[in-house]
Amino acid sequence: MAAPGVAAGGGNWFSALALGVTLLKCLLIPTYHSTDFEVHRNWLAITHSLPISQWYYEATSEWTLDYPPFFAWFEYALSHVAKYFDQEMLNIHNLNYSSSRTLLFQRFSVIFTDAVFVYAVHECCKCIDGKKAGKELTEKPKFILSVLLLWNFGLLIVDHIHFQYNGFLFGLMLLSIARLFQKRHMEGALLFAVLLHFKHIYLYVAPAYGIYLLRSYCFTANKPDGSIRWNSFSFIRLISLGLIVFLVSALSLGPFLALNQLPQVLSRLFPFKRGLCHAYWAPNFWALYNALDKVLSVIGLELKLLDPNKIPKASMTSGLVQQFQHTVLPSVTPLATLICTLMAILPSVFCLWFKPQGPRGFLRCLILCALSSFLFGWHVHEKAILLAVLPMSLLSVGKAGDASIFLILTTTGHYSLFPLLFTAPELPIKILLMLLFTIYSISSLKTLFRKEKTLFNWMETFYLLGLAPLEIFCEFVFPFTSWKLKYPFIPLLLTSVYCAVGITYAWFRLYVSVLTDPPVGKTKKQ
Amino acid sequence: MEKWHLMTIVVLIGLTVRWTVSLNSYSGAGKPPMFGDYEAQRHWQEITFNLPVKQWYFNSSDNNLQYWGLDYPPLTAYHSLLCAYVAKFINPDWIELHSSRGYESQAHKLFMRTTVFIADLLIYIPAVVLYCCCLKEISTKKKIANALCILLYPGLILIDYGHFQNIYNSVSLGFALWGVLGVSCDWDLLGSLAFCLAINYKQMELYHSLPFFCFLLGKCFKKGLKGKGFVLLIKLACTVVASFILCWLPFFTEREQTLQVLRRLFPVDRGLFEDKVANIWCSFSVFLKIKDILPHHIQIIISFCFTFLSLLPACIKLTLQPSPKGFRFTLVSCALSFFLFSFQVHEKSILLVSLPVCLVLSEIPFMSTWFLLVSTFSMLPLLLKDELLMPSVVTTMAFFIACAISFSIFEKTSEEELHLKSFSISLRKYLPCFKFLPRIIQYLFLISVITMVLLTLITVTLEPPQKLPDLFSVLICFVSCLNFLFFLVYFNIIIMWDFKNGRNQKKIN
Repeated sequence: MAAPGVAAGGGNWFSALALGVTLLKCLLIPTYHSTDFEVHRNWLAITHSLPISQWYYEATSEWTLDYPPFFAWFEYALSHVAKYFDQEMLNIHNLNYSSSRTLLFQRFSVIFTDAVFVYAVHECCKCIDGKKAGKELTEKPKFILSVLLLWNFGLLIVDHIHFQYNGFLFGLMLLSIARLFQKRHMEGALLFAVLLHFKHIYLYVAPAYGIYLLRSYCFTANKPDGSIRWNSFSFIRLISLGLIVFLVSALSLGPFLALNQLPQVLSRLFPFKRGLCHAYWAPNFWALYNALDKVLSVIGLELKLLDPNKIPKASMTSGLVQQFQHTVLPSVTPLATLICTLMAILPSVFCLWFKPQGPRGFLRCLILCALSSFLFGWHVHEKAILLAVLPMSLLSVGKAGDASIFLILTTTGHYSLFPLLFTAPELPIKILLMLLFTIYSISSLKTLFRKEKTLFNWMETFYLLGLAPLEIFCEFVFPFTSWKLKYPFIPLLLTSVYCAVGITYAWFRLYVSVLTDPPVGKTKKQ
Repeated sequence: MEKWHLMTIVVLIGLTVRWTVSLNSYSGAGKPPMFGDYEAQRHWQEITFNLPVKQWYFNSSDNNLQYWGLDYPPLTAYHSLLCAYVAKFINPDWIELHSSRGYESQAHKLFMRTTVFIADLLIYIPAVVLYCCCLKEISTKKKIANALCILLYPGLILIDYGHFQNIYNSVSLGFALWGVLGVSCDWDLLGSLAFCLAINYKQMELYHSLPFFCFLLGKCFKKGLKGKGFVLLIKLACTVVASFILCWLPFFTEREQTLQVLRRLFPVDRGLFEDKVANIWCSFSVFLKIKDILPHHIQIIISFCFTFLSLLPACIKLTLQPSPKGFRFTLVSCALSFFLFSFQVHEKSILLVSLPVCLVLSEIPFMSTWFLLVSTFSMLPLLLKDELLMPSVVTTMAFFIACAISFSIFEKTSEEELHLKSFSISLRKYLPCFKFLPRIIQYLFLISVITMVLLTLITVTLEPPQKLPDLFSVLICFVSCLNFLFFLVYFNIIIMWDFKNGRNQKKIN
């Protein structure tokens, strides 16, 4: 990471960074992989050996196809390369098949498709003009940004150890953001529409796209004070946007509509039968809520305010139970989480409409949408934090305040991914990579903003440093204590509650900065 | 240092690469009855833990020397004992006498890898970082880049973390590096102490001993043998003797003990070379089987003479003109002479040459990078046997990119930067038109790299013909040996000519 900085040469530092991380990814091939590896192998087999009409009905394996059609087509395309590696992995009944060739193929498919991500980062670096800083290459915002994105810890461990295809999906998202920054709105919209049909989790940030395109693209002019000029509305733009979305959706869902399978596809995509929290609590608002409930119930039992017989037997903290009931606080329904999410998103969307600040404002709104959905959503995966972390990197090189929020969000968000890798050989890898990324991000952003006030106040510093003892306790002390058998969930509980605090705090700070920021007219004068 | 965070990042990158390589397979995994170097290391833990010190080096019913008998100096044995205590704490089965032979499990692999990792972290890596910080005349960024390149050197990583060398190279090389560091910074006593530890950890460190000896002797001469120099000499001698006595204390009780350890350390009754080594004897045996033709003691004498002759000029030069820079180059040429000509060389011994080459990386980046690539390539047959193809290719590429970018090696091929200026000036007195030396070297580099890539591809993809099953590994050794001979000539030229030039410049100034 540091070496290319010394080159001081022209543009080859970018390729060196990209190549370096690609080589690291190759070294990660023999690491542990999760059940997602089998999930994707199964999807390869389904799409390869069954007709389209069967794709969303097939249920031999428990890992049924639950991504939108474009992703299925993507697996279909991959399967045609896979057959040259190992024909056996394409057999639906070959459950949990993982020969060394299968492993090699699947790992390399992730590494190769990451090319999209690398290209997107390249485009992003071109259009983000961060703070002007020193002449040294390592202190240039573009360099820092590309390291923050290419060497992102979360992406590395989720894609290349845990196994998923987030790299190229995030590539599409960053590319569409870059296109919006470059005023190529139609392309941006097209890319995002395509992305939505690859993985529907990106619906989280769809409001930001919708409002931004409507407000800043369909309305071609503003009044001098920045408010909306209603007569500048361009119908042609709206229709062409609509056409793009319609065509992409038709291409994706059309065949299933023709087969009359649309309800089945949708029921696979949105499984509301799962629990409020994923197997391991994502560090969001509900983690705090559940923890509070637990604390209250313990206090209640101590003070004899609660009847022990009425408390549900299924301990929600065991981490394995999907459905559970709260003891003191009211139980949470999917509808409640939906309302909470919408309430959390609304102010940012209003802000985007009434106080347009160009692409940067859009980016902030997008991050707030992602974070709000993460905090209040139903059955959120801890991996979804990347949806906020990666776009936030773009903001971080611009302003000291954003950099500070970014560092808190990323560090806690990345730390919350630690429970994903629970095997002993991967323990040093995750700690080393985490240290690598955290030390780099903090030190480089501190150098970039060395003239401003310090990035963290004492409270934030204390909080971030607290992650170290937490990790030591969870991984090195706890397994040797007698609590391990009685309360095996304690490390997970502590991790998610501790991280939830940081992420909520980052969300709150970002919201405050968005709401209190002066409109675009004023900032220009400064 | 103001860029401490960059240095931390460089170290973290080095550590990450080391640990990821260690996830791969090791030598002799699942290959009974002898297994491999991994089992040797485990076996030594078993022996040192369960037997009294007096029996460690002797054949007995509990200690079959034919099965990976201990054949390294006492410090290695003590290290094994230390690891054995930890192993006993975690799982006593790992070191149970007799019954633990060939023990293999995921947890045990993790334990063994961790012991390497910790030794590396405590000894080798701090030495590299400190060495790079102590470099003079280059910017902070260059120092950091230098540390990155040294830490990424694939040969050492692959042998220690992939193959699992039966003796931790990072420890012996780390001690040697501490020695170099001490001696070059004028802490002569600490330097010689560290180097004695290195020798007592692995007897192959003797490859480096002559330059140390000559450099320190030269220093004493410089200070005047009748005054301060003599005092220094006495102090050095005392340090060396004391540290040796300390390490060997348990074996000095009986004469037979000491002799037996020495016999185990220097097995002269073994062959001229083992397996396929990229040295002169192995390559020459393609044409003539010296091993079978000449009697054993003549082989020893011949190899001794060749080694002695090839390292003599550099050592004399160093004794007469001791300088830290000359010391580093002499380390390279001496180690290379030993590797090419001496008796009973292992292919892994090339690491002993690579370490000093890493130290001159910032001075002659082009040639050093080239050498380090060849040295990794020369171990390819070994790495392929351990199924380490993937990590080898990846780490080699990473190392090459790191070197190419941090030193922009391709722009540094002028006579000046290759340290060949004074050589070609003196050559031009006889051959006035001799101006294309850098060009020749560039072409040689290109040819060498292309051969290495092609040979790697051929070895990986093609099956050797049935009559010659070792064809490819012999070819690899032969090609590497040619390269090494070229490097030996090159380094000797630098030692002989370049520093003369440096002195002339001082006179002119």
